[in-house]
Amino acid sequence: MTGSLIPVYIICGYLALLLGLGLLSSRLFRGTSEDYMVASHSIGPFLLLMSIFGTTMTAFALVGSSGEAFKEGIGVYGMLASSSGIVHSLVFFVVGVRLWHFGKRYGYMTQIEFFRDRLENQTIGLLLFPVLVSLVVPYLLIGVISSGTVINGITQGAFEPYHLFAGAKFGVPPWLGSLVICCVVLMYVFFGGMRGTAWANTFQTIVFMVLGVVTFFMISQKLGGLQSATQAVVSRHPDHITRAGISQLTFFTYLLVPLSVGMFPHLFQHWLTARSASSFKLPIVAHPIFILIVWVPCVLVGIWATSAMIDGHLVVPPKANPNAVLAIMVKRLAGPVLSGFLTAGILAAIMSSLDSQFLCLGTMFTNDIVLHYAGADRFSERQKVAFARLFIVAIVALTYGFSLMPTRRVFTLGIWCFSGFSSLFPLVVAAIYWKRLTAAGAMASVVTVIVVWGTLFRQSAYGGNPHYTFLGMMPVVTIFASSAVALVLISLITRPPSEATIRKFFQAGASV
Amino acid sequence: MKYVVCGLVVALIVLHQDFWFRDDSTLVFGFMPIGLAYHAALSLEAGGVWLLAALFCWPHWVDEEESRLSGDGRPS
Repeated sequence: MTGSLIPVYIICGYLALLLGLGLLSSRLFRGTSEDYMVASHSIGPFLLLMSIFGTTMTAFALVGSSGEAFKEGIGVYGMLASSSGIVHSLVFFVVGVRLWHFGKRYGYMTQIEFFRDRLENQTIGLLLFPVLVSLVVPYLLIGVISSGTVINGITQGAFEPYHLFAGAKFGVPPWLGSLVICCVVLMYVFFGGMRGTAWANTFQTIVFMVLGVVTFFMISQKLGGLQSATQAVVSRHPDHITRAGISQLTFFTYLLVPLSVGMFPHLFQHWLTARSASSFKLPIVAHPIFILIVWVPCVLVGIWATSAMIDGHLVVPPKANPNAVLAIMVKRLAGPVLSGFLTAGILAAIMSSLDSQFLCLGTMFTNDIVLHYAGADRFSERQKVAFARLFIVAIVALTYGFSLMPTRRVFTLGIWCFSGFSSLFPLVVAAIYWKRLTAAGAMASVVTVIVVWGTLFRQSAYGGNPHYTFLGMMPVVTIFASSAVALVLISLITRPPSEATIRKFFQAGASV
Repeated sequence: MKYVVCGLVVALIVLHQDFWFRDDSTLVFGFMPIGLAYHAALSLEAGGVWLLAALFCWPHWVDEEESRLSGDGRPS
């Protein structure tokens, strides 16, 4: 099938626009590491809402949700979207506002700086740094892999007249698509820092929300309307319009997965950009509604993809790669112009998470390793920014290298990654609300997460078994419970923190 | 009001379990599976509950302390 080059032109135009925005925001850069890393705590409610939402909604939300709905049905919305609407806002409220307060007050730019201070211990940083980086990298991979898959899916056939990329069905090969996306994100993060990231995230969040809704109605129209599209599923795959295939215990235990946002290092950094605590109100209230706007159309498109027929043929082959379902639906059911714009929307969702993740890794390396061990006073502000930029380049290169290896389902990869972050959630809650937390308790908790997560991940064939459960429950339950038990027990039998630390973190209204 | 909001958050978590629509294949408005429509409505309700939390349970001491400190300078 011969495709059109129009989507390629539109995608290139969109990426150029994004680069321009990043470069424009860099003109407001104040030259300090604080401005590069947390935009000098200057972000108001609207930009905070859009940047937090854009960061939280990744390829996982668009590509993963539609792919998972294609495989498993509508249950995916309850498992991760409505639960996130409840849990994410809860975490922003009880964890985000407090961490912002500590960050603003004591000048933290990373989680590790907070934990080192709160636990009066330097080793916790050495333990947490590799764990957080190791969990962010697979999260990054989700975006990098998905971007290549989506671009390839949309452009297949476009280069046939030129006899180019035959091995990638005459579309942009996934390795090239991923490479271009990595380079574009790298450029605007490199020059714009957190301010560029916040601006780009806001722009991209608007793009993917608007285009997501447009996609939904365009696809439904091509399938004969909303009712006709769903009726086809009722006839051919009735199991996909209920969640009977998901056990109640698995469904219940999925509630722990969204707790991961409490320990996302990139989200921590976004929280710190807030101008005031009140800036959090809008993100807390609007987040569940934004989730609804993005996820419901994706889940419906995913289930429609199981049964949609054009000219007597299925639009999406039953054994299609779930990561490619959305791209195939868009390509087959929308014209080339709209396909180009819709692909830009999908890429917007992906890039609005990649940028924050790249920036946070650069910030962590600079603050938690270089400045902490070499001494912050030894370097100028310009040198600090240079360190962050260098590490960002290195991490982009590493992630891109990993993305060329054989891939897992985006959804499965995401769940394992989120499970690791969720299991560290007891640590952050205890650090904020429990005076008796000790450094030994915190380290026991992190080590427990490493051991239990690693063991269960291995048992799941390294994520190869997407239906893996432990004792009938999501693995996150076991890891989370083990982590919490280790944290409490070891804290109770070790020496409590000093009075000075208790006063520092539990005065005013913060104590329990 | 604080306890009412806490109760509403717990209610959201309980309502999220919706085993009552688990294998119900009814379509709402002829296109939306009821299991999906129910959870979409739950997302809207969550927005409402968080609005109440922001209005009635907000930790105002954080803002007050910040404005006090921004006047006095950041503590060491």
